[in-house]
Amino acid sequence: MFLSWLPENVSTFGRDIDGIIALIYYITLAWFIATMGTFAVFLVRYRRRAGRPAGYIKGDRWREVAWVLLPCLLVLVLDLWIDFKGARVWAKVKIESPASDVHIRVTGKQFNWVVTYPGPDGRFDTADDKTFLDEMHVPAGKPVRLTLEAKDVIHSFFLPNLRLKQDILPGRSIPAWLDAMKPGQYELPCAHLCGVGHSGMKATLIVHEATDWDAWVGEQWSGSARPGEKT
Amino acid sequence: MSAATPTYAGTAGAAARGKVGIWWFLASEVMLFGGLISSFVISRLGGSAHVEHDHLNVTVAAINTFILLSSSYTMVEAYAAAERGDRRGMRVFLGLTVLGGLAFLGIKAYEYTGEITHGFTPWAGTFWSFYYTMTGLHALHVLIGVIANATLCLGARLGLERPYRVELAGLYWHFVDIVWIFLFPLVYLS
Amino acid sequence: MSHASPTVTAVRGPHEATGFFRTYLYATDHKMIARQYLLLGLIMAVVGGYLSYAMRWQLAWPDTEVPGFGFVGPETYNVLVTNHGTIMVFFVAMPILLGSFGNFLIPLMIGARDMAFPRLNALSFWLLALGSAVVLVSFLVPGGAASAGWTGYPPLSAKAEYTGVDWGLTLWLLAHAIEFAAFLLGGVNFLTTIVTMRAPGLGFGRLPLIIWQQATAAILFLLSVGPLIAGAIMLLMDRIVGTGFFLPERGGEPLLWQHLFWFFGHPEVYVVLLPALGAVLEIFPVFSRKPIFGYTLVVWATIVAGALSFIVWAHHMFVSGMDPRLAMPFSITTILISVPFALAVFAMIASLYRGSIAFELPMLWALAFLAMFTTGGLTGIFLGSAPSDIYLNGTYFVVAHFHYTLISAVIFGGYAGIYYWFPKMFGRMLGTRLGQLHFWSTLVSFNVVFFPLHWIGIAGMVRRIANPLQYDMIAPHQWINVVSTVALFGLVASQLVFFVNFFVSQLRGRPAPANPWEATTLEWTTPSPPPHGNWGEALPVVGRGPYEYSVPGATRDWLPQRTGAAAAEARP
Ligand code: HEM
Ligand SMILES: [Cu+2]
Repeated sequence: MFLSWLPENVSTFGRDIDGIIALIYYITLAWFIATMGTFAVFLVRYRRRAGRPAGYIKGDRWREVAWVLLPCLLVLVLDLWIDFKGARVWAKVKIESPASDVHIRVTGKQFNWVVTYPGPDGRFDTADDKTFLDEMHVPAGKPVRLTLEAKDVIHSFFLPNLRLKQDILPGRSIPAWLDAMKPGQYELPCAHLCGVGHSGMKATLIVHEATDWDAWVGEQWSGSARPGEKT
Repeated sequence: MSAATPTYAGTAGAAARGKVGIWWFLASEVMLFGGLISSFVISRLGGSAHVEHDHLNVTVAAINTFILLSSSYTMVEAYAAAERGDRRGMRVFLGLTVLGGLAFLGIKAYEYTGEITHGFTPWAGTFWSFYYTMTGLHALHVLIGVIANATLCLGARLGLERPYRVELAGLYWHFVDIVWIFLFPLVYLS
Repeated sequence: MSHASPTVTAVRGPHEATGFFRTYLYATDHKMIARQYLLLGLIMAVVGGYLSYAMRWQLAWPDTEVPGFGFVGPETYNVLVTNHGTIMVFFVAMPILLGSFGNFLIPLMIGARDMAFPRLNALSFWLLALGSAVVLVSFLVPGGAASAGWTGYPPLSAKAEYTGVDWGLTLWLLAHAIEFAAFLLGGVNFLTTIVTMRAPGLGFGRLPLIIWQQATAAILFLLSVGPLIAGAIMLLMDRIVGTGFFLPERGGEPLLWQHLFWFFGHPEVYVVLLPALGAVLEIFPVFSRKPIFGYTLVVWATIVAGALSFIVWAHHMFVSGMDPRLAMPFSITTILISVPFALAVFAMIASLYRGSIAFELPMLWALAFLAMFTTGGLTGIFLGSAPSDIYLNGTYFVVAHFHYTLISAVIFGGYAGIYYWFPKMFGRMLGTRLGQLHFWSTLVSFNVVFFPLHWIGIAGMVRRIANPLQYDMIAPHQWINVVSTVALFGLVASQLVFFVNFFVSQLRGRPAPANPWEATTLEWTTPSPPPHGNWGEALPVVGRGPYEYSVPGATRDWLPQRTGAAAAEARP
């Protein structure tokens, strides 16, 4: 009902996130069926009928209260399970970041994504930088390090197919990373209201196959070194 | 009705209601100033609001603190007088409290003028933004207290006094005082 | 209790109002004020609903002329989204669930003659009316109304150049300030009344649950709104004076606003939810003729949820750019808060066990509340878990989630309360035929409007966009937007049924007896509608808990809370 609506996942950690979403889905689905099932059964069984008075159950004795406290305990246990499984995924996506030799700076501004590559010298704001508007190129199968910045207001970097989202605050550089597994073109919408042009503020992420990537880099810098790679 | 029926505050008079009401009100005020002061403290810890007390007039502010504290004392006396049924005393002490509040505001205005003429306007940096917002909001509270106390004082002249109102105004006035006791060291001294 | 009678007049406040001015404009009677809140809330609901109609039309058929509204486009869309959210939360949900229900029920259910501060009460209402007017006026000023989202995040909201909205946003902030003042004073009034004016015999352990919920809601509001007022002052200063609290180029910190906003924002959703939950908890026992299961547990669940709501706020900010190490602690508190709510839901279901359930209108709404709220609560788990929120944050999944929770409160909880207390409030019964039609059509159309939005959210559609067709991955799912919008026509039509019923029944409905539902709580021992001062000469005396239904050995299946002579008169 829910899971099939997820767009195709093409990132390494995306699998872990989908795993958590699936875990929560099955747990909540089970709860939904259990509570709504009980609810429905009670509604039918205990509908008003002549000559059948209601019971007088106040739920103030432990033996009665256990009927609601034990399910609550189960809720708690399952919740904590979700959290502890989730903590590892969260850390993987947002706290740790793998070594990477491709480094890209993405700047959100009203209403475009400005994508900057440091060029062969590996440093930003030098002459060999290359900048793309609403277009981002990355290699497949390689971790990519991102530095997210915003020029004016808050934007949010969202790659649905990579299960990556990060709000970007003006005045700060926020690190992120991704590792795309499958070549192709993917949408990169802004996921945070940023003004009149928010609707439609999006870029295209182009994931290149390894050989293709080298060709693209060669085309851009026509030198030998790859962008972001230390020579 | 039997005498055994437990009595509840249901029949409690306006005084008791007023007191409960003002306490809840003050609780929300604590959160208001708490929010503002925490924002300031967090900004300072984050390094964006350097305290510039070199440019503040600490001596004058200390005198002002003394004045405000004294006015809390006169407020206590006003309430004591009201409790005793001493109308004259109540009027006198309320009047003194009002004077204290006015003096505080006057001195604060003098401080502001000095700072602004030296270029330290509210938009001169994060510290100054916080400085004016926090002390300004506090001054607004002092002003409201002055108006409340003055109203009670004039009311007493017209024979409209209700002693419990002095107590309520007193609770508020002490609160305003306590806020200043937090603000003063935080802004001027630390 | 000899001292009750002498103080009667003192407590009663002004005498029965006469004349148009005293009756309607300067009313201090809590029941009249409750009706005023209800009317204001319904009027603003029409406004908020109208805005949502324009949005939904635009979403289904982007950039076509919206019948009865005009062209929307991205600029207007942002205005619509912002003001719809603001109006629905602050000028519909709070007026109806707190303003109206709280004012009407607190004195009647605790056996008081009015609120503790009747004139302050009138002031609260008129402040709210003023705030509503300011919101409406903000549409007319040059530059148009606010368009930075109901959350008003700076820097977008802090500088006119970012949105193109100048005065509109300032007025929007002002309207909030006025609204906060109104409910702050209102909350003080609620709490003081509940603490000091309970009838003899009405200890805290005998309070109807909705009073507990109203009190908790009032406390949450009082204690959470301060920081946001501070934030609003700072934002106003940024806009007007030129300070830079939230502007990084002037040394400020945008994230600070989000902390202040959500420190308030999360308790605020419980401020809206709890009174609705309370109404439902009143209705369950009456129509299943059983005590509520686990009264004490439910009270504790309310208090615990209220307390926890102060330490969960950063779950709205998992991907905001705050230190990611903070996510896990907040994820844990968030998920913990599901426990007390699960407890409330389980207790409600347990209350049905071995009941004698009558599917009358208030009960239908209450049961639907339970189902819808459970759905919204479960989808909340997806958002409370930090890693899955990475994906779902800011998508239509969130929109679907909070409409399931908020609408279950405002629409299902709200109508449950309106249908239940209408006879007491207006002295007449609401028509049941139209009521049935209203209920079933609302239930069905609401779910068709909102359930599919989960899917499109999971498919990656982000919030607050004016044109879904701009996104290649959403365009194939556009049919969902169309279905949702078409179902909205049904939802709107069914509300028209309600309005007709509501006004016609007030004039022509069957006169209501004092206690049409054979309910136990105090308000049903007064005539419908209750007279000024509520209780005649003597205050009621309370002899037992609020939900004594089907007590073994009793002659009737209900024992009123009120004991003594007056209780006998209240027989239906
Ligand atoms: C009458 C039925 C309603 C419909 C059809 C409706 C529809 C919508 C739509 C289309 C959005 C915009 C989503 C977006 O573009 O991000 C929205 C946002 C919102 N709605 Fe509703 N809504 C309804 C009732 C309510 C109610 C009763 C409440 C609250 C009590 C509410 C609270 C909100 C809030 C807080 C937002 C977010 C605004 C923002 O993003 O700034 N809505 N609604
Ligand atoms: Cu953006």
